[in-house]
Amino acid sequence: MASVASSEAAGPPKGARRWLSGFRERETWTAYLFILPWVIGFLALTAGPMFASLYFSFTDYGVQQIAGIESTSRVGFENYRQLLDDPKIALSLKNTLVYTVMTVPAKMCVALGLALILARLAFAAGVFRTIFYLPDITPPVAIGILILVLFNGSTGVVNRGLELIGVPGPFWTTDPSWIKPSLAIMSVWTVGGTMVIYLAALKAVPAHLYEAAAIDGAGPWRRFVNITLPMISPALFFTFIVLTIAGLQTFTEVFTAYFGAGSTGAEAPDAALMSVVYLFRQAFEFFNMGFASAMAWLLFALIMIVTGIQFLVSRRFVFYQSDSK
Amino acid sequence: MTNRLKRGALLIAGAALGVVLAAGGASAKPSEATGVGTAQAGATLDIYGMGGRDDVAQGRLDIANKVIESQGDKVNNPVGSFNAQAFLARLAARDIPDLVYMGRGDIGTYAAKNVLTPLANCLATEKIDRKQYRLAALQEVTYKGQLYALPEFTNQITLIVNNDAAQKAGVNVADIQTTNWKKLRQANKKLLKIENGRLTRIGFDPKIPEFFPLWVKWFGKDLISKNGLKAQLNSREAVAALAYTVSLINDHGGWNKFKAFRDTWDFFGRNNQVAADQVGAWPMESFYYNVLAEGAPVNITAKFFTNRKGGPLSMISGNGWAIPRGAKNPGLACKFMKAMTSVESWKTVGKSRYDLRKRQGRAYTGLYTANTVADVKLYEDIYQPVGNKDFDSAVALLVRAPRYAFSVPLSPASTEFKQAWVDAINRVLEGRQTPRQALDQAQREAQAAIDKAK
Repeated sequence: MASVASSEAAGPPKGARRWLSGFRERETWTAYLFILPWVIGFLALTAGPMFASLYFSFTDYGVQQIAGIESTSRVGFENYRQLLDDPKIALSLKNTLVYTVMTVPAKMCVALGLALILARLAFAAGVFRTIFYLPDITPPVAIGILILVLFNGSTGVVNRGLELIGVPGPFWTTDPSWIKPSLAIMSVWTVGGTMVIYLAALKAVPAHLYEAAAIDGAGPWRRFVNITLPMISPALFFTFIVLTIAGLQTFTEVFTAYFGAGSTGAEAPDAALMSVVYLFRQAFEFFNMGFASAMAWLLFALIMIVTGIQFLVSRRFVFYQSDSK
Repeated sequence: MTNRLKRGALLIAGAALGVVLAAGGASAKPSEATGVGTAQAGATLDIYGMGGRDDVAQGRLDIANKVIESQGDKVNNPVGSFNAQAFLARLAARDIPDLVYMGRGDIGTYAAKNVLTPLANCLATEKIDRKQYRLAALQEVTYKGQLYALPEFTNQITLIVNNDAAQKAGVNVADIQTTNWKKLRQANKKLLKIENGRLTRIGFDPKIPEFFPLWVKWFGKDLISKNGLKAQLNSREAVAALAYTVSLINDHGGWNKFKAFRDTWDFFGRNNQVAADQVGAWPMESFYYNVLAEGAPVNITAKFFTNRKGGPLSMISGNGWAIPRGAKNPGLACKFMKAMTSVESWKTVGKSRYDLRKRQGRAYTGLYTANTVADVKLYEDIYQPVGNKDFDSAVALLVRAPRYAFSVPLSPASTEFKQAWVDAINRVLEGRQTPRQALDQAQREAQAAIDKAK
């Protein structure tokens, strides 16, 4: 009894002490050994390049430095100052934000709609789930080419479809006003992954909640708003964050469609100039690596701010089952 | 946890650590880069950027490979076009190729940054006569008086007129010319075809932004000074050239309609835009005659792009061979590129191409190189009229075209310079700026990039 009393008086170890005390156990060492390859990979292939780019953003790093012909010189905040001088930075950020604002709600709505349909399917649900997911494995380069084919203002399938219902289609791929909407519409092609997440969330909603609501006289819409949405809100929030980050980092489809791998960019429209596309061009076409690194960190900061705001707002709208305790 | 499990975990972690450290060690090890001298016997010539290999490329590669292998050395020449990102990665890893095949327009950017080796020693050692190469092609690879690459193919620009379209539109082929802009615009309006509000034939495609320097040269002006250090994008002549060429496009109902229609062409296919009667005339590079010759039967006239005084004018481009600074075997690289661009190599592959086309029953439309002597030999010794007067006339014209050709002088910021005027033209085509506003902005952007790079 005495030993128990003294143990209660000392209390359980907290914080760093608790973490360090774990190393007394052999299992802790084994666990860390198992994750060591990943840790090394993360440090060498992710964290290392990240901090290297942070360093390069304060230097004149370029082809000469890459080739070892000249030494790298520090330029202080010059690259960051030039971000303010270059009008294409603001243009590319604006394009990226507009595209993200268009694409995230569109993808979430379509994915949720498909997931709701699939959740109710009693027959061949697996087949339809596969069919809806298949576009998600289309290579982004192929999607970039598809954009030009489907949305061609003269003979594209989209405009032909619109013509059938008497609507004259716009010049999606050449009119600056329609380039971003066409890219956003095309991005919906790859909602398969998001749909699967929603489907799993929908399946996890307890059926008794719907039964109780139905007994209380709640209709389908009421049940959707008051039960489904709150119950799957963590999944919605997760995809909201992930899709926003993906939108802000969009590159391959846009680059393939409008800037072309290895092309001269002869007809590259300003309306399609996204942040990462411009970053790539600065780094690998104009060889301004230091400036491109500064651009990368600007985009990183922007993504952090946007994500931070999303987390703050989420407190009001995301319902976790553990909150109901 | 059993001892066996612990040993397994240690083994996996140790192996992973070993792989990472080994990779780090390998990448950190600098290569021995002498930059000068000849290779020792048994060396391997490492080539980068030689992409598409048709019979003409492969035939010369075989010849050049033999030159290297005859002295006991080897050639490593993996298939793959030049890619700046991959090239930079190789430079960073100090895995520097001995020889690089890249667009001549990019040479200036790399030369200005000291990434390439001047070829003066190479020319002297291998006794390569630089006079055999076309002057305009040499200008494309010369920076601050130093030659940085040996030019290979030449793509010269001429006008291609679709005779059937001209006949249907009631336009005299003689009126489809570039000396008299007023007449050309009238021909353009007659040639273009709009059916039910839909554009079905482009009249005259000025091919801007790509060929904008050619339109400015119409006035005898260049977009950049000869030394490549002073942008001249907002000259009165450049503004006039842009305003005129945009007007040719706007006659079709605007850029959106024009571009959307042009994007639907089966450009490299049998039913190309001439065969499908989708274009009246346009300036085009020489390679396109091969596409036309191999497509559905067409009725064409090849003409010179002419300047304001009626004189022939052409613009050329192409690829070249360059030796990166730090290459381990610059001597072998020099031998190889000499063989790839020599008169004998061109003659051999020209004859093979002619025989091949004959066996296939297809037209031989000639080979066009940056080697003046080779071009003469190919035309005089190998070329035989194909019996199609349109293509025979075209070949006769293409052979002469490089004499009147120019190239855009290299600048230390070639890529950014070009991007500045391309963006300017796009802004005008999209109706966001006037030609004057767009080119003023381009001038500021281009000059800033040059000043930063020089």
